[in-house]
Formats: sequence, C-alpha cells, structure tokens
Amino acid sequence: MTRIRIRNGRVIDPTRRDEVIDLVIVDGRVDGFIAASETGEFDREIDARGFVVAPGFVDLHTHLREPGFEDKETVATGVMAAVAGGFTTVCAMPNTNPTLDTAGDIEFVLAAGRKAGKARVIPLGTVTRGEAGKELSDTAEMAAAGAVAFSDDGKPVYDARMMRYALSESLRHGKPVVNHCEDPAIADGGVMNEGPVSDLLGLKGMSRAAEDVMVARDIELARHTGGRLHLAHISTEGSIRLLRRAKRDGLAVTAEVTPHHLTLTEDWVVAPGGQKNGEGRPAAVQYDTRAKVNPPLRREEDRQALIAAVAEGLIDAIATDHAPHRSIDKDCTFDEAAFGISGLETTLGSLMKLVEAGQLTLPDVIRRITLDPCRTFGLPFGSLAVGAPADIVIMDPEASWTVDASSFHSKGKNTPLDGHTLRGQVVMTLVDGRVAYERGGA
Amino acid sequence: MAHEIVEQNGGVDSLILLGLRTRGVPLAHRIERAIAAFEQADVPCGELDITLYRDDLLAGQVRPLQESFLPTDVTDMKVVLVDDVLFTGRTIRAALDAVMDYGRPRSIELAVLVDRGHRELPLRANYVGKNVPSSRDESVSVRVTEIDGNDEVVIMRSAEVRESRTWRSVS
Amino acid sequence: MLKTSAAVNGHVTTPSAVERHPWTGRRHVLDLDDFSRDEIEEVLRTADRMKDVLARPIRRVPSLRGRTIVNLFYEASTRTRVSFELAAKNLGADVVNIAASGSSVEKGETLLDTARTLRGLGADIMVLRHPDSGAPYTVARHTDLSVVNAGDGLHAHPTQALLDAYTIRERIGRIEGLRVLIVGDILHSRVARSNAWCLARLGADVTFCGPPALLPPTSVSDHDRAPWPARVDLHLDHAVEGVDVIMPLRVQLERQDGSRLASLRSYARDYGINRARLARAASHAIVMHPGPMNEGVEIDADVAHGDRSVVQQQVTNGVAVRMAVLYLLTAAVRAAAVTDAEEAQKPAAKSGNATNGRKA
Repeated sequence: MTRIRIRNGRVIDPTRRDEVIDLVIVDGRVDGFIAASETGEFDREIDARGFVVAPGFVDLHTHLREPGFEDKETVATGVMAAVAGGFTTVCAMPNTNPTLDTAGDIEFVLAAGRKAGKARVIPLGTVTRGEAGKELSDTAEMAAAGAVAFSDDGKPVYDARMMRYALSESLRHGKPVVNHCEDPAIADGGVMNEGPVSDLLGLKGMSRAAEDVMVARDIELARHTGGRLHLAHISTEGSIRLLRRAKRDGLAVTAEVTPHHLTLTEDWVVAPGGQKNGEGRPAAVQYDTRAKVNPPLRREEDRQALIAAVAEGLIDAIATDHAPHRSIDKDCTFDEAAFGISGLETTLGSLMKLVEAGQLTLPDVIRRITLDPCRTFGLPFGSLAVGAPADIVIMDPEASWTVDASSFHSKGKNTPLDGHTLRGQVVMTLVDGRVAYERGGA
Repeated sequence: MAHEIVEQNGGVDSLILLGLRTRGVPLAHRIERAIAAFEQADVPCGELDITLYRDDLLAGQVRPLQESFLPTDVTDMKVVLVDDVLFTGRTIRAALDAVMDYGRPRSIELAVLVDRGHRELPLRANYVGKNVPSSRDESVSVRVTEIDGNDEVVIMRSAEVRESRTWRSVS
Repeated sequence: MLKTSAAVNGHVTTPSAVERHPWTGRRHVLDLDDFSRDEIEEVLRTADRMKDVLARPIRRVPSLRGRTIVNLFYEASTRTRVSFELAAKNLGADVVNIAASGSSVEKGETLLDTARTLRGLGADIMVLRHPDSGAPYTVARHTDLSVVNAGDGLHAHPTQALLDAYTIRERIGRIEGLRVLIVGDILHSRVARSNAWCLARLGADVTFCGPPALLPPTSVSDHDRAPWPARVDLHLDHAVEGVDVIMPLRVQLERQDGSRLASLRSYARDYGINRARLARAASHAIVMHPGPMNEGVEIDADVAHGDRSVVQQQVTNGVAVRMAVLYLLTAAVRAAAVTDAEEAQKPAAKSGNATNGRKA
C-alpha cells in the first residue's frame, strides 16, 4: 500500500475542480482530496506550494519513430521527453518503418511502451498498408489489438475512395480516422506557407487551399458515411470555418491544433523570433529550417483564428505533433530539410504564452491537453476523479526558463524555440502514482 | 629638385613624371611647372594610385581606390616617381609593380620631398628634398597647399599618434 | 546556441564611428536587400577602377594574392562562373572551380560537408550557385567561410543586379528617377528580385510585367503585401510606355512543367520585346538581358543585337563588378579579422585607452 500526499497545490481538474487542496494517492490511484490541516500517514509527501496540480497531459499525436528510425527517436527516449513535458499518455503515429499495419505491429509498440515504463504509449494504426494509399489496412484487427485510431499521417489519405471506405469501417470499430489534410496536387511540393514570405525567400509555397480543400472533402465523406473523422493539426482560417459548419450540422467530426500553430507564424522561417525591423522587414534573413513543419506555420490571421477557436471550444484538443529529427535532417538547405518540430518539452511553456497574453485561461489550456483529448479518442485518462489512475503533473506556472534544445530528453533537438525564454515548467510527473520525472532530477 | 632631375637625365627627352597618390601628385605637378618654366618644355605628368598594389590589404588596411591617369604609354620612357615621404619603401615597391604592369619603362627613378629613414627594403630615392631623421614611432607627414592649405612638414611624437584605419572619403 | 542573426547575415551591426568604410562589418554578399545605398555606390565606384585595370595590357593586380576563392556551382553556368573566375584571377587570388557533377557531391556529400571540407583546405571565400533558395545562408550560418551568392534558387543574384546597375549608369548616366521595366518569368527569376532591391535603393522606379502564371503568387492576388519595391503590370503594351530600361527575362524553358505557360507563341506575342514595343519606350531606352537569350521568344533577334542593346556591356562589366565585390569583401573581412584579433589580445580590464578609429 503506497500512500502519497501532494500538499498545498492548486488542483485544476477540468470541469470538476479548481482549488488549493491536498490530493491523496493510494496504490497508484487518486484516492481523494483533503484539507491541508488534516493529518494522516503517508509514505511520501510532496510540497506543491505555489504550483498547479493537474491530470497528466495526453498527446493525441506524437511521432516516436520506432520501429525503423531509431536514430531520430526511440519509444524509450520519446516517453522520457513526454514525461519531462508533463505528458503521461502519448498516442504514437504509425509512419514508422515498417508502418504499423497489423495487430503484431500494434503489440510491438505497446510492449515497447510498457518496457520503457514512463508515459503510456498507445499506438495508432495506418489507414492504408504502408501508407501507400492503395489498400486498406485491417483496421478492425488493429483496433482489437489496442490501436486507438487510424491515420496515414505524414501523408494524407489521398484517394477519396480509400478515405470513404476507411470512414465506413470506423462504424465497425468505433475508432476515429485521423487525416493529415493536404492535397498534394495543390501543395505541389511547397516547403512553407504560400504568401509574401515564401515569395520573399524564393521558396515554393503550400497554399492554404491545399488544406481547406481536403478538409472540405473529408467532412463531406464523413457526412455521407456517418463515419468518425478527426482532423489532424489544422492550421487555417478555412479549416476552422468548415469545422464550425460540420459541428453545427451534428457530424462526428473532431479536430486538433498544435502548440506551434497557436504561437508561431511564417515569419519564424525568415528569422528566429520572427523579428522585424522598423520598416516591417525581417531583421536578418535566416531560412530557419527549425521552423519548417507540415502543415506549415501560417499567417498571423490564421494563428489568431486558431486561438479564438480553442477559446470557443470548437477545437477538441491541442496535440503536439512531436516530430524529432537528427541534426543532419535540418542542417541543410531549406528545400532539403525534413519537416517537423520536436515539441513535447516546450508545449506547456508555449501554451503559457497564450495565458500570459490573456487569450486563454490556464484551466482552459489544461483542459485541451487532458480531458478533451481523452474524450476525443475515448481514453480513460485526463482527469483526477476518485479512482482514476494517478497520472498527474505538477507544474510551476511562474518559472522562467530558457529553452536549451541540446539538453532535451528527446533525441530531436529541432525546435525554433531554442534559446528563447518561456514561462511555465513541469516540476514533477507521475504515472500510475510513480514519479516518472522530476525537475532537476536524473 | 626639378633641375637635378633634368640634369641627371640629360634633358627632358622621354621623361615622364608620375606623382603617387595622394600628395605626390601636387608635388609632381610643381616639378612639371618648374621644368616647363626653365626648360620651356612640357614634360608629361601623370598620377598613379597604387592602392591595388599595396601589401597590407590582408593586414586589415582598407583604403579607397582612386583613379590613375597616365598621359602616355610608359614603355621605353624614363619614369620619375614623385612622392612626399619615403619611409619603409613598401609604397615604392608597390609603385614599381604598378608601373611595370602599365608597360616596360627604360628606367625608373624616385624623387621624394622627405626621406625619414627606416627602410625595410633595399630601395633608395634618387632625388631627396630633405633628410629628416626620425624615430620609428614618430609620424612624419607632409602638408601641401593644394590639399591641406599650407606647405609644411609635421612630425608628431608617439603619444600623439593615433594609428588610424579609418576611411577618408574623397568626394 | 545559434550565432546571432546579425552575425550570419551580411552585416555585423556596430556602433557608429566617425568615419568608416561603407563595407565595414560585412562578411557575406547574399542578397542586396541588406545593402545600404553607400555600399552599392562603393561597388560601382570600385568597379570603375577595376575597369581601368582591365583596360591595361596587363589586366591584373596583386591585391588578393594569397587568398583562395572557391567557385562551387551546383547549376550549369558558363558566363557567371567564368566571370567570377576571371575576376578572382585578375586580383591575383588562387581559384578553385568545382562543378557539381563529377565531384564527391554526386556521391552524396552534403552541401555543408563540402563547404566544411573546402574551408579546411584553405578556402577563404566561397562563391556559391545552388538550386535551393537560401543555400548560401545555410553555408554562411554553419561555417566561417565568407559567402558570395552567385544565384540561389529563385531567390537572389546580387552580383548580376550590381553589374546591371553599373551598366545602366554607364549608358544612361544615372539611375535616380529612371523607370525600369522587367518583363517575363518574374516568378522564377532571382535576377528580377535582386534588381528590384538594388535599383529601388538607388532611386529608380521598378515595374514587374508578365502573365499571371509567371508572377509570384503575392504579386497577383495580394499585391499590397508583396515584399519587393516594384509595381506590377500584367500588360506589356501599357507598361512599356516611356520606360528608360527594358529588361526581358529568359523564359525558363527548363523550368516549365507544361502546366504554367501554355504556349511560347502567345507569350512572344503578348510579352516579347520587339521593335514596335521598343519604339514606345523612351528615346534613349536601353535593352538589357541577363542571358542566355531565347531569341524570338522574350526578345526579338534584331532588338537583342540592335544598337539599344547593352547585353555585351553587361557581360564585360560583369568581370569588373565582380572584381570590385571580391576586393571589397576581402578588405572588410580582413579588417574585421584583424580588429577581432587585436581585441582578443587586449588584457581583460582596460578602460579609457586610446583606441583605433574603428570599433569591432
């Protein structure tokens, strides 16, 4: 019987509780809440004075790279990065090598997660075999093996017929089909958002239309099939407009947004920090490959629309799309560089910027990375209800810290936030009541 | 000095004066006018900028480039270089390289207003206005009316010397 | 930690000193958008002196003796590469030419690997032409080579713009107030972009003209936000009235994927520079072209070789202008290096000491 008491923290349990109170964990489960004055016998007491105590964060969209790309990340390093960022559950994307097409593949990743013993790892399976877009994978079999959803992420499900079949199948297993909405014929090999910045830099742009067109298509397919659709990492005003309409029509459509699309814009490609000089021109041109991501960082209008949609509750989850790469994948020309940002360890700090700016409240932010993602994918986590597993994050919302990518737990050091100062830091992360991460610890 | 030059060269035939930028130029023209006065003959007088031949670009010395003007081809001529101060000799070496790239003179001589010693190369002036012994860390500069407003030779001691690598814009 | 952004780009920002060489602090020539008017003027002035050198029987000076300049060209180019090679040799530098095919680049050596290797072998300046926009910035950021951009993707070709400006001024006598018209595949033209920056900085009025398919997306649909100081006109017959300089661009046959420009014939009809259109320009108007020309497409043969064409002068001036660029860049880099070395040698605490006229 292990009894743990977390004292004096501000406990934020989305929709249920927001107060300074002590939380009691017994044998890895949330046992109850008691006043600071109550006494009791505990094996460990953790002082959370001045800190926030919340359910461990849940990420619907992470790339753990294993099997096949272990020099970019492994399940073991990925889950270390996760708990360092406050995440107790991560959903792993199947664009590995080989891709996760079968029950056996799903079991492999589940086992790797158990072995690593940090954050929970729940894999997604592919929609089409090898993500080649030609044949459907056996999604029902993978669902039975424990896959939480299905996606060809990295790529869109390009063939409308495949997408239609996949959505129909979702009626059978109940898991969402998650699409990376990008029409390649419109994106046409672009490497950043199409607009004045891509023109300035002489880079091929990916029009917002590439996303909007496929979002519209998938929503209509969901309408016709009745299937369960989840839109990965939406990034445009257009997608929001379409999503709002779909929800109003009562369709089974959900959507996620990344922290970087909420906090960064295409100007970050030109120069770190997106600095401009007095004339509104970039201070110095850099072609920062760390800001190369898909979907690309967009305009300020898109960013503000995404923030408003999150505040309004239109967006179902904030998901990191953590995409670690080796330095050789990024230390090259912009055209050659890989797409992706290593984001697990900067998520809280980034989102706190929106809280500081008064655009979102802290409970709102917490909700979008705990309760809401779990509801979206049907996961039994993301809350501090009595009896729930003790997946808990203790965070210091005031702590100011400078991002040092070289000291990330993730193998991926690719973040445009390197060297930037953020406020809001994870102090401790518990999974099933065990301390998986401690600030300043090993 | 003008007389000496004419005498040493046995007349003005094939003679050409080349003033080295910047202050060698007005001095060369003064010699040109003096020769014209007493010889009643015009000696061609040109202006040579040797910045591109200096050996100190890689040591961080940046100077503006100025135009060179050679009134005739130097091939087979008796060139007399004219400069204000002869010091280490590196300027003169650069000037010799420059003149050689313009043609093949019959001979090259050097006339300077001031020789302050401290040669670093085995070069000497053929015609010297005045020998001004100096110590290494002093600076010796010539001022000419055409550029500076008056004629004088200025010697500054080490404490006053500001080694300057600033740009003097020539408008 | 990254180098600060200021140090990567052409300039290191320094506090103002009393008198300073316009190129002080400059380590690279990547694009003209960060050149001050003084810096551009300095190139033009210096190019005049270099032209004097090229007029002599011995077209050589020893200024850059001991420096090694590497021309690393990932794209085919005769005129630019030879122009840079001659410029470097005329300054007495040692030159190494590397064409992307037939080198270890083909074996999969990355751009940065190659750059680092060359630096290790003693290269001081790298002249780089690469099909990816931003490639010279990547080399500048990750190595301590000085980089001269000889054309990166669609983005910039600074020395071409400088020699174009030099040629315009040589032929017409000024740039301030001139109206310059650039016609054609603006979308794929780094020459157009660099010219827009350079000429606008020198006080000219620049217009881009071409069919929508060949204009950058922002210039077509979102013109207020277009990043260049240039107007846009879709109609050549309107745009050509009274202009002082016409610069048709090569219609990039090698970039056409068939889906952008439906027919060269209709292009030539609507956007080709012919005698009739030339007649509507100013009486002293000149015609320029970065080369190589598609005669009969963007420019008629008789215009290309006529008396208003300055294409040959552009080529000749290219060597002088590139000599000026290499000379000025070397001077600036060496001056900075010497200053840095002196600063490094000074004892830690020294105040109120007599300083040089320049600050690192």
